[in-house]
Amino acid sequence: MGDLYKEYMDKLPARVMQELKEYLPGSVSQSKLRQVLDKTVEEYEESKAAPGECIGNVSAESIGEPGTQMTLNTFHFAGVAEMNVTVGLPRIIEILDGRKELSTPSMEIYLNKPYSQGKDIKKLALSVKETLFNDIAVEFLINIVDLSITIVLDRGQMKSVGLIPSTVVNAMKKQTKGYIVKADSNEIILKSRSKDVNLNNLYNTKEKLKKVHLKGIKGVKQVLPVKRGDEFMIITAGSNLKEILRLDFVDSSRTVTNNVFEIANVLGIEAARQAIINEVFGVIENQGLNVDIRHIMLVADTMCTTSVIKGITRYGVVSEKSSVLARASFETPIKHIINAALVGEIDFLESVVENIMINQPVPVGTGLPTLVTKVK
Amino acid sequence: MAKQAFDIRKHNLVPKHAKVSDREKKTLLEKYNISVYDLPLIRKNDPGLVGVDVKPGDIVKIIRQSPTAGEAVYYRCVINV
Repeated sequence: MGDLYKEYMDKLPARVMQELKEYLPGSVSQSKLRQVLDKTVEEYEESKAAPGECIGNVSAESIGEPGTQMTLNTFHFAGVAEMNVTVGLPRIIEILDGRKELSTPSMEIYLNKPYSQGKDIKKLALSVKETLFNDIAVEFLINIVDLSITIVLDRGQMKSVGLIPSTVVNAMKKQTKGYIVKADSNEIILKSRSKDVNLNNLYNTKEKLKKVHLKGIKGVKQVLPVKRGDEFMIITAGSNLKEILRLDFVDSSRTVTNNVFEIANVLGIEAARQAIINEVFGVIENQGLNVDIRHIMLVADTMCTTSVIKGITRYGVVSEKSSVLARASFETPIKHIINAALVGEIDFLESVVENIMINQPVPVGTGLPTLVTKVK
Repeated sequence: MAKQAFDIRKHNLVPKHAKVSDREKKTLLEKYNISVYDLPLIRKNDPGLVGVDVKPGDIVKIIRQSPTAGEAVYYRCVINV
């Protein structure tokens, strides 16, 4: 029995095989089983997209039509706290265009046991959050007379993020060489060692100080501990996948970011493809729409064939097309035609767009096969 | 905040990558009547190739988890960056 299943293993997808095994009774006879399997293979072959079928077009329309029903609202308040997430059409455009800078980068950090049961969840969330010098200072003052900078610290804020004054002063000393640092109970005074210091200099130092990194993970601007199902997790605004995955309390098999480029860098192109599918499908489901996942898989595959993520733009996948006319028909036609003329590019008219342009049958469906003659 | 060494192969998003042997490579290319570089590409230093010993021109077999087919096989050709 098992042998017969094995025989059909490479003719049918794993999912279909599994379903067959589930629904067929174990007592089915050898010959009946073969009949069922043969029929299944037949049906499977029948349901495949035929060679020459314009699946790209079908995908475009299948994603495009529900797209018209999506919300145009960029912002949406996801649960508690002031956490913004881009959803709907703007988010889909962002992913498919392959934008490197997202409007709202965000991470979902899953935790290992026992932290996933809620142990120290607030403390962990705060330890991940990035604290800059600017966050714990009330004001920065420049004294014009004796050319010094006075920084007033917010003790309450410092306590809530778990910082003590001495670590702050130490972190600052590293960043401000050439300055004498004097620390008071809640004031830090900086004075330059050299004589020829001017206001401009002082101002630049002040601006630099504001961005001194004190603790936490770089790039994580906000944290929000939440309970999803029966486990606790942390949602962040701002993203830094590489550093987060290295933390020992983080479940490094499920933690993800919504920035697909970061995923490509840290986990590879195949993971990025899966991430694109998950993100796009997530948005569509979120909006209560129904698009077959195969359409999204096709788009994600197209974006990831060249070993890096390419957006569906004239700089991305369209620039990969071999035909000049096809590229020109998308955007900025004059630029493409002039450049092609300069280098003497040849268009072999092998694809759809260029054949439409010159009024010829397109190589799609029954237009695809041609006669081949053996030249003797 | 202690650090841990994490293995990206254990991440849910990363499918299994494996090198295709020379014999399999030949039958694969003959089956589809293509050359190696007609396949989708993957960089030699791609993080997904950790633990897979490949050089440019090799083919990598990727076994993806697919919601429709259960398991889907995909091939990529290794290139220098």
